[in-house]
Amino acid sequence: MRPEAVAEKIAPAPGWDPHAVRGDFPALDQEVRGAPLAYLDNAATTQKPRSVIAAIDHYYRYDNANVHRAVHALSARATAAYEGARTKAARFLNARSAAEIVFLRSTTEAINLVANGLRLREGDEVVLTHMEHHANIVPWQLLQQRCGVVLRVLPISHRGELELDGLEALFSERTRLVSLTHVSNVLGTVNPVAEVIRRAHRHAIPVLIDGAQAVPHMEVDVQALGCDFYCFSAHKLFGPTGIGVLYGKAERLAALPPYQGGGEMIRRVSFEKSEFADPPQRFEAGTPHIAGAVGLAAAIDYLEGLDRAAAAEYERGLLEYATERLHEVPGLRIVGESPHKIAVVSFVMDGVHAHDIGTVLDHKGVAVRAGHHCAMPLMDFYGVSATARASLAFYNTREEVDRLVEGLQLAREILT
Amino acid sequence: MSNELADLYQELILDHSRHPHNFRTMEEPRRMVDAHNPLCGDALKLYVRLAEGRIVDASFKGRGCAISMASASMLTDRVKGCSVEEAKGLFETMHDLLTGAQPPPGRADLGELESLAGVRNYPMRVKCATLSWHALKAALGEDEPQSVSTE
Repeated sequence: MRPEAVAEKIAPAPGWDPHAVRGDFPALDQEVRGAPLAYLDNAATTQKPRSVIAAIDHYYRYDNANVHRAVHALSARATAAYEGARTKAARFLNARSAAEIVFLRSTTEAINLVANGLRLREGDEVVLTHMEHHANIVPWQLLQQRCGVVLRVLPISHRGELELDGLEALFSERTRLVSLTHVSNVLGTVNPVAEVIRRAHRHAIPVLIDGAQAVPHMEVDVQALGCDFYCFSAHKLFGPTGIGVLYGKAERLAALPPYQGGGEMIRRVSFEKSEFADPPQRFEAGTPHIAGAVGLAAAIDYLEGLDRAAAAEYERGLLEYATERLHEVPGLRIVGESPHKIAVVSFVMDGVHAHDIGTVLDHKGVAVRAGHHCAMPLMDFYGVSATARASLAFYNTREEVDRLVEGLQLAREILT
Repeated sequence: MSNELADLYQELILDHSRHPHNFRTMEEPRRMVDAHNPLCGDALKLYVRLAEGRIVDASFKGRGCAISMASASMLTDRVKGCSVEEAKGLFETMHDLLTGAQPPPGRADLGELESLAGVRNYPMRVKCATLSWHALKAALGEDEPQSVSTE
């Protein structure tokens, strides 16, 4: 079908104009190898709006000082900005209080903190799913090696959805945690996490949600979900790299021991004994990434200034358009076909390796990810070593999707 | 198609990737190296049989992109009959060629291998081309080779 025909069939969502927001993202306005950049790698990291870049710049120009320490004006401003970001992140997730928000480097570090803090013992069990990112596999495997923790893996269907019926069968009296992704970074599947949490809590098992791919695309309410832990990274949310958030219910965080030792996380230190601060400071040893927190706050402000419902509706239409158009490419197979998806499309092409697809597309200015997406068990499940992945944001356009399809036709011409 | 892209995906390279030479396992006695590129998950096994200081047979199995398949295919063609010392020298030459450390043209002695030089314009793809060569180097080492990775 011609693009116009597909466009007619799938009417664009009213109430959202991607061109109106593109101007906010300076990095989108450039050429790559002589073609305008079509940035379709948003699940890896998103581009940053001007306001985020400006907030970080402003912080370093005017407010730079260490936090929670000195009495001088700059330290007061830096502390206010840092703690203000915490309050903002708490409101963003609808946490009960800012004390439930820990600033860390990333989603990865958040999962590592919980994994190490639960003080699991030999024979204790953790339930994961087959669609986890390595960040939610390897920290648990380290515990498996170190102290004999047992991993139980919830299978998925070929369509790319959790086999939820098998969940309770994985529970035992030794199950200490269910840890799963809210949205798959490869398949795009939005998991029914509320249902998983309900079932786990019926057995008094706490639940950690990896929200890295969810928060850029949907509103998340941790109280409504009832999860015990929720984590995400700022850089996938139009914010800076190097800062992430761990939300934990107050009583859950209170039960965790310190993660690293150092300044900022103590109440009192002598050579005999140190008393540790309460959460969240207990988990934030050393000078934190203050500018990162400032950038995250600006990113949240930016998002909250948008009509997020309209953006989500637009992304849904864009996904539908992309899916339809990709089906036109001969030999192309989409991996992950749940009806409940964010705008991520992974695919393989007969006779063309994902890496070669990536290189040909790059020549057309189209940026996609090619590889195993840090989800090698999932690649094994589908019997592929790699996929190409186009991941879309609300600033992407149908014209960019058309250029993706043209690039794939070219890759096919060259390589098969 | 742009010149750079045409240079990367020359017909010779595509031929080798579609119909790789020496694409088979090898029985003992032989040396085998598991090579993988953790960046993309590509993995291949390189086999060489040595006799009196020479490579008498070379083959590979695995899956990967056009560049890694073509490179391994050409490698196995080329090193058969080489002495271990010659093959080690070839590793150095290829490493320089692929990473751009040496000027590419006019290496008459490289033959088909020179067609891989286009990869130097693609920093993200160099490791695809060098994967099998790192495996070769490991296979020819003093120690019993195990696995290599191009991270």
